[in-house]
Amino acid sequence: MTDNVRADVESLSPETAPGTVFDRYAAEGVLAYQSCGDCRQAVFPPRVLCPSCGSDDLGWEPSAGRGTVYSATVIAPRGKEPYTVALIDLDEGFRMMSIVTAGDDGAVAIDDPVTVSFRLAGDEPPLPVFAVEADR
Amino acid sequence: MSAAERSLRGRAAIVGVAESSLGEVGPGISSLDLIGQATVRALADAGLSKSDVDGLFTHSAFFAQPVLTTAEYLGIRPRFADGTATGGSSFVGHLWHAAAAIEAGLCEVALIVYGSTQRSHGGGLVASGAALTRSWETPYAPRIPASAYALAAARHMREFGTTREQLAEVAVAARQWAKLNPAAFVQDDMTVDDVLSSRMVSSPLTVRDCCLVTDGGGAVIVTSAERARNLPRPPAYILGAGEATWHMNISQMPDLTTTAAQESGRRAYEIAGFGPQDIDVVELYDAFTINPILFLEDLGFCAKGEGGAFVSDGAIAPGGSLPVNTNGGGLSYCHPGMYGILLVIEAVRQLRGEAGDRQVARHSLALAHGNGGTLSSQVTAILGDESTL
Ligand SMILES: [Zn+2]
Repeated sequence: MTDNVRADVESLSPETAPGTVFDRYAAEGVLAYQSCGDCRQAVFPPRVLCPSCGSDDLGWEPSAGRGTVYSATVIAPRGKEPYTVALIDLDEGFRMMSIVTAGDDGAVAIDDPVTVSFRLAGDEPPLPVFAVEADR
Repeated sequence: MSAAERSLRGRAAIVGVAESSLGEVGPGISSLDLIGQATVRALADAGLSKSDVDGLFTHSAFFAQPVLTTAEYLGIRPRFADGTATGGSSFVGHLWHAAAAIEAGLCEVALIVYGSTQRSHGGGLVASGAALTRSWETPYAPRIPASAYALAAARHMREFGTTREQLAEVAVAARQWAKLNPAAFVQDDMTVDDVLSSRMVSSPLTVRDCCLVTDGGGAVIVTSAERARNLPRPPAYILGAGEATWHMNISQMPDLTTTAAQESGRRAYEIAGFGPQDIDVVELYDAFTINPILFLEDLGFCAKGEGGAFVSDGAIAPGGSLPVNTNGGGLSYCHPGMYGILLVIEAVRQLRGEAGDRQVARHSLALAHGNGGTLSSQVTAILGDESTL
């Protein structure tokens, strides 16, 4: 699957917006990130230059979609189900905000291992969300 | 740091300060009206008139071009204008920009002003402009700004064993100061248990770990040290400042337990020639209870990780070892969307010795620290009386 996605993405014009490339990967169930060809920095969110060294030589890499919870907060809107917003440190070295659903004990804790999946909602691009891994 | 920046030490002073109406001003009063009130009062405090003002510094979430809207309303045609927009810290940044502009001869009398009717407009943070740029956080529905600070608090608790009780101590200390300030929006008794048992907004922060939503505004007049000595009020000299910006979105903050205040504070101290041990009174932007804990650490009042212990047992409350947020802060006095101008005003009043029941005993040197965005912009200013020059 990943190879097919990569071929598909590589067929895009180099001027394709970074966010569009990200969505193209996401549509195939791949959490993609950029990697700097000069300093090897993992880059997220998508952009056109490396925020570390300034190079515009950014290539796309598929993430394995596994990481750990760096921090988490539970939001409980009145009359709605509580949800956990977290910052996830992906194993490849980038961080993103997401929603995490809990494991069997019902809680999301800092340092919990998590795995990505994609949530579909209407016409919106597939949204990467995470769940605590049962055992890792 | 350049010799030119260093040479700004003590070259400009705050000569007039005033609040507008605060709290809930009611329908009909606009944020511009509050800007007007604060300007009239601050000019009177300074012994200057509107025609003296030739520099305008402002920011607002209410207008797309705050300098233009404000200048038109006030009837000022500034020859120097600065709309630096780093959130609530903007007005502390304006202070240093005004000092530089005055020293460079770009203006002589600077007005820094802000007003907001956020409470009368129904609460939520008024956003600047439409969201035309994709956000990588909004799809997850964090409650911004609260959730951003909650993430920092949760991480601080995890790394350093900081407790919810210690966070609550910050809110209780602010309330105790507020009880000494007639202008404070809330003055009723509040305990640590009250904070802990309040409605959870974004864990671990309850509604009482969060700043108020009020109306309010303020104005600060800055001029050269030479001119300041011929004006009626004791000058509050701008001894040094530092500005640091490390990110905008909380997911891009490298380390949630270390803020850019570490950098802004270091530079402010270096220019001023003072350190944390010298400061008599501290005004910290307390949008949430985790803020003073982070800033006390990053500004060197205690070691990294010890902020929770530092604020315990009333240490920053009236009668404690370090007076912090002597007006009651954004938590209990006033938080009109952006609070930066009000912490500068309180620092000046303390330096002048005119803070009434909440006046601190030693008041030669004050630190005013602004925060903007989601722990994004940090601006530290050090102000002193004549003896500190
Ligand atoms: Zn790079």
